[in-house]
Amino acid sequence: MKILVPTKRVPDPDQRVRATADGSGLEDKDLYYVPNPFDLIAVEEALAIREREIEDSEIVTVGVGVTDYEKELRATLAMGADRALLVETAANLDPWNVALALEKVVEREQPDLVLMGKQAIDDDSNQVGQFLAARLGWPQATFIASFALVEGGAAIQRETDTGMESLKIALPAVVTADLRLNEPRYASMPQIMKAQRRPIDRVALEDLGVTVAPRCEIVALEVPSANRTCAFLDSADELLDALRNEEVC
Amino acid sequence: MKVLVHFEHDGGAIKRGSLSALRFARDVAEQTGGAVTGLVLGSDAGDAASDAARYVPVLVADDTALKPAIAGPHARVIADAVTSGGFDVVVGAATSAGKDVLGRVGGLLGGFMASDVVGHEVADGELLFRRPMFAGSAIATVRLCGGPQVVTVRDASYEPSDAAAEPGAITPLAVDTGSLPRDVEVTGTPPSQGGRPDVTEAQVVVSGGRAWKSSEDFETHVGALADLFGGAAGSSRALVDAGITPNELQVGQTGKIVAPQLYLALGISGAVQHLAGMRNSKVIVAINEDRDAPIFQVSNYGIVGDVYEVVPLLIEKLKAADA
Ligand SMILES: Cc1cc2nc3c(=O)[nH]c(=O)nc-3n(C[C@H](O)[C@H](O)[C@H](O)COP(=O)(O)OP(=O)(O)OC[C@H]3O[C@@H](n4cnc5c(N)ncnc54)[C@H](O)[C@@H]3O)c2cc1C
Repeated sequence: MKILVPTKRVPDPDQRVRATADGSGLEDKDLYYVPNPFDLIAVEEALAIREREIEDSEIVTVGVGVTDYEKELRATLAMGADRALLVETAANLDPWNVALALEKVVEREQPDLVLMGKQAIDDDSNQVGQFLAARLGWPQATFIASFALVEGGAAIQRETDTGMESLKIALPAVVTADLRLNEPRYASMPQIMKAQRRPIDRVALEDLGVTVAPRCEIVALEVPSANRTCAFLDSADELLDALRNEEVC
Repeated sequence: MKVLVHFEHDGGAIKRGSLSALRFARDVAEQTGGAVTGLVLGSDAGDAASDAARYVPVLVADDTALKPAIAGPHARVIADAVTSGGFDVVVGAATSAGKDVLGRVGGLLGGFMASDVVGHEVADGELLFRRPMFAGSAIATVRLCGGPQVVTVRDASYEPSDAAAEPGAITPLAVDTGSLPRDVEVTGTPPSQGGRPDVTEAQVVVSGGRAWKSSEDFETHVGALADLFGGAAGSSRALVDAGITPNELQVGQTGKIVAPQLYLALGISGAVQHLAGMRNSKVIVAINEDRDAPIFQVSNYGIVGDVYEVVPLLIEKLKAADA
């Protein structure tokens, strides 16, 4: 079983972001990047499939982005991925163009399963998995909470607006990981050190045969402030009075 | 612009989030001189179609292959309806269901997609969308470089649309059943929900955070208070992570986005990822034992105290007031 896990690097969610003065983008010189948290859940599930279900599974992680991305991509090797591939581009790709790049990688790698995060927590688009599945004509299961291989495919539980849904899905497929799928492991120090010395395959976006065609452009970015002045109250009675005055109670 | 609205329904009634999508569609049609059509998919979808027709003319794809809803076949039918009807925009609610199926529609229609839209304007005949990024820390204005365009809107940002004076026509849409993918089978659906409304549909949302030690405590405090307000119970991710609350209660960047009349945050610290899901609520109340908790910065009213003491008092007073 070959599993492809696309990953993205995102600004660490624990830091504050600021827009540039002209609103054209983010103040990025001091930004610290981490692998997208949902992508690590996807990596963890791929490792779990290898440990739990099919021992000789091959896990390939792929990143699409700048040369620097190598650093975060290595974290997936430290966790236990077999190989990592960096599709290099200086362009800031929108979800469509990322999906096109991943489609080419799928053609090259021929995985049985693409396992990825449900959304990247920087732009929160929640599009690439669905785009990729549509492009490939593969079945999709988004927001998955459990995964098990069964005769003829995979049994999946997925989060919906009203609770858990169960599916049986044919493979190959694109599935996207939600929060409850698992808790990603931490790589140990020796694993991290070892991953530093491992090679990362690189291919330029153009060499994959992708011509970038922008679909979604950011024309302005603002950082709103929506703080309120909090009236501190002393008792339940005072609170209920205040809510009655606001006519919300 | 010709706008198609993807209506989610429960077999009968159109869901509220779709009526927010309809609001967006009507605005855009009005601003650009266009028209709105609804689209209902399902099997035995007559009731849903009639409900949808109270608002706009509807196309109905009624076929046993379309129930239960699965992204693959549904996306195929929606994308074909957009192409054959010459629609410029297709819009739906930014729910989990909407993101699942319309994301795939976006993939079939060339990727001109804006998700989680919270506002829009028309400039030089072109649509510009406002959408949050970085857990709502930034609001981006984006343009799509072509079409047809696929849009999901947040119901918290668009008031549900009202019924029209005259019902619209219902037109069946032929479905080429043989061409639909059959690679996914639904083997179990979520149990139908109990009495409480969904967090995205309630006027009052009472949410609990890590302060709550167990599902029982959550239920007898947060749940009980939600019931007294006739509202929904929600939670921070900390409780979902701890297995104390189910996933569909999670409010925030990676959960549900709400903007009720009243939001009570009980023992929630106010991480940006949580604020992303509730900061546009009309009145926000926080109860937290830590006076410096960031949740107070976005709240209108606050009580510094132990939720295990304050909440039972609130419940008692509300019960007394009701009696
Ligand atoms: C990528 C990413 C996405 C995320 N998405 C979401 C999301 O969608 N939604 C979300 O909620 N979080 C999300 N999070 C997690 C978020 O960062 C916080 O960790 C989470 O919101 C914290 O939940 P909490 O406020 O319940 O817990 P804590 O931060 O632990 O806060 C608990 C609060 O309760 C108070 N307290 C404790 N005991 C009592 C008591 N007895 N009485 C009164 N007060 C008490 C404490 O003072 C504290 O302020 C995300 C994180 C990441 C990295």
